[in-house]
Amino acid sequence: MEIVVCAKYALDVAEIKIDPSGKPLLDGVPRRVSDIDKNAMEAAVNIKEKQGGTIKVVCFGPASAKEGLKELLAMGADEAYLVEDPSGGMLDTAATVEALAAAIQKLGSFDLILCGEATTDGYTGQVGPRLAGKLGIPQITYARNLNVEGNSVTAERDLEDAYETVKAPPPVLVSVTREINVPRIPSLMAILKASKKPMTVWKLEDLGLSKEKLEQVSTLRTVDLQGFAVERKRVIIKDKPVEEAVQELISYLMKEKALGV
Amino acid sequence: MADEEKFDVIVVGAGLAGSTAAYVLAKEGLQVLLIERGRQAGAKNMTGGIIYSRVVHEVFPNFWEEAPVERAITSYNIVFLGENSAVTLNLKAPGMGKPPYNAFSVLRAKFDQWIAGKAEESGATLVTGVTVDELVMENGKVKGIRSGQDELFADVVIDAEGAKSLLVEKAGLRGDFKPEDVSVGVKELIELPEEAINERFNVGGGEGASYTLVGYTKGIAGGGFLYTNKASISLGIVARIDMLAEKQVKVHELIEDYKLHPFISKLIEGGNVAEYSAQIIHEGGIAQVPRLYADGFLAAGSSACLLINNLFTLRGMDLAVASGAAAAKAVLKAKERNDFSASSLSAYESLLREAFILTDMEAFRRTPSLLNNRRFFTVYPDLACSVMEELFSVNPAPSEKAFKVVRRHMKGKAGLLDVLKDLLEVYRAL
Repeated sequence: MEIVVCAKYALDVAEIKIDPSGKPLLDGVPRRVSDIDKNAMEAAVNIKEKQGGTIKVVCFGPASAKEGLKELLAMGADEAYLVEDPSGGMLDTAATVEALAAAIQKLGSFDLILCGEATTDGYTGQVGPRLAGKLGIPQITYARNLNVEGNSVTAERDLEDAYETVKAPPPVLVSVTREINVPRIPSLMAILKASKKPMTVWKLEDLGLSKEKLEQVSTLRTVDLQGFAVERKRVIIKDKPVEEAVQELISYLMKEKALGV
Repeated sequence: MADEEKFDVIVVGAGLAGSTAAYVLAKEGLQVLLIERGRQAGAKNMTGGIIYSRVVHEVFPNFWEEAPVERAITSYNIVFLGENSAVTLNLKAPGMGKPPYNAFSVLRAKFDQWIAGKAEESGATLVTGVTVDELVMENGKVKGIRSGQDELFADVVIDAEGAKSLLVEKAGLRGDFKPEDVSVGVKELIELPEEAINERFNVGGGEGASYTLVGYTKGIAGGGFLYTNKASISLGIVARIDMLAEKQVKVHELIEDYKLHPFISKLIEGGNVAEYSAQIIHEGGIAQVPRLYADGFLAAGSSACLLINNLFTLRGMDLAVASGAAAAKAVLKAKERNDFSASSLSAYESLLREAFILTDMEAFRRTPSLLNNRRFFTVYPDLACSVMEELFSVNPAPSEKAFKVVRRHMKGKAGLLDVLKDLLEVYRAL
């Protein structure tokens, strides 16, 4: 099975600080592979281990994304492709899809495209579905379970209040949830072997695209960005008999609707 | 044995000692694997943050031009903390703000990445996010390392894991630590605007201050430090683990006390605590340094307990760089002979002597016991403060001469004989 995994070298949201006016400070925030994309990679490796085939990982991002791609090669991808984003991350999902689609088309035939259901930084959840649309192939979103047998891909979709099992023939795009698996931590030997695997860097021009063209399709503008910090309540209940203190704690929690009633 | 499983040298730990060793070896064309447990070099590091330049300059000439240093230290202070006052001994040395400089404050998360980058540039293979679990031994000789299921082999393993250094123990060079061998250090990184730091510490842009803090530790052997970074302050305290246990004091209580002391609270006022970290430290001096080499094995940096505390300076980072370079040179010599036995690698010890590392540590071999003398961190800081306070106060009561004031304040705390003995100890130790 020929598998393509799409990955984002996303902002590490745990490292984002918020300035006193509530603006998130995005400069100098370190990046890492978006968590759920690692679930997608793990799913790909699981399929390859059972069925054989190849895994190519494609990323549209900054030059530094090579670091993240190394990690995905160590997890089990065979080849990595980085399409360099000249905008510094200012483009929207439509532009990302243009770039990813052009790269995947250049790679040739494929049976399965795997994505995370969303990225851990932007969390729009649009790239997978739009990419399937752009490539004109069926898509199965929010897969919490994935099975490839013969000529069909079966996935169980998580619809929050229900599960839906969907089957499609390849080529198909599947976006996965965090619940699908636990991504492996690459071993020392896997990391060393990964350093010898091929990594290709493409400029937009190599794919027949240009910065201007992507800017044209990228119509979404970020108008404002506000951080949201929850202050601790700092309530201490003390110097009371236990029964009374517990009652008081319960009434606080009820007031905060923390008990779900 | 496939080629990818055999290296000339495996270095464990991409801190200052490890990355320096890897850099020197790779530059000479050896196949070097540098393994780091953190997500990146420096990720697990918390060291306080003053690096003395001289030794680093020898390995990385003019490193300050490209390395991420914070401030060149031009103001050096020893502060004796009393209950509500402080006596400060201050050296202002603007000359130390010019090349070749004396010391820099650094943030290890950045500095370690730079130095690991130098190792990679020179050809070493850096692998991060991997823990080394075991040494692979054969007939008592170190043959390589084991990480999970993977075994990798090398002529020499250089251990630069840091203060906890399990591999040194596994190589049979020392036993487990005892509580009295070990101190615990905690550090807060407190963010403040660059201009506020320049103003509060009376330093020019790019220049900084370092403070050694003595006293105000609830009678526990230990002391504190405060260093200025570009836009933050590193405030920390180091305390003996056995005494913390004995007195039932938690180390974070000591640093909270510090932050409330009027001398310190003014310096950090309005600052925002951005990081909090803790680390074990070996202050035992030369007596604690284990044997540094075995067959196919060398220990460098904090793994080898290389640290000098002589009250004025707390040196660890430059010793790490120097020992990393010395370990690399010892391996290069062994490589010429193609003999990686303990006796061949013992050249490491003489190289450490040539670099003045062991000689400096021997010179200050008495300081650890000085730092264990309770009077130095319980009686004297308070005494210094109360005496000075009285000498500078003008009261309606008749004035006394200075010596009389001192004697009166000493009463019940330290006898004259104790003081003479302590002075002799200071004389011998420093």
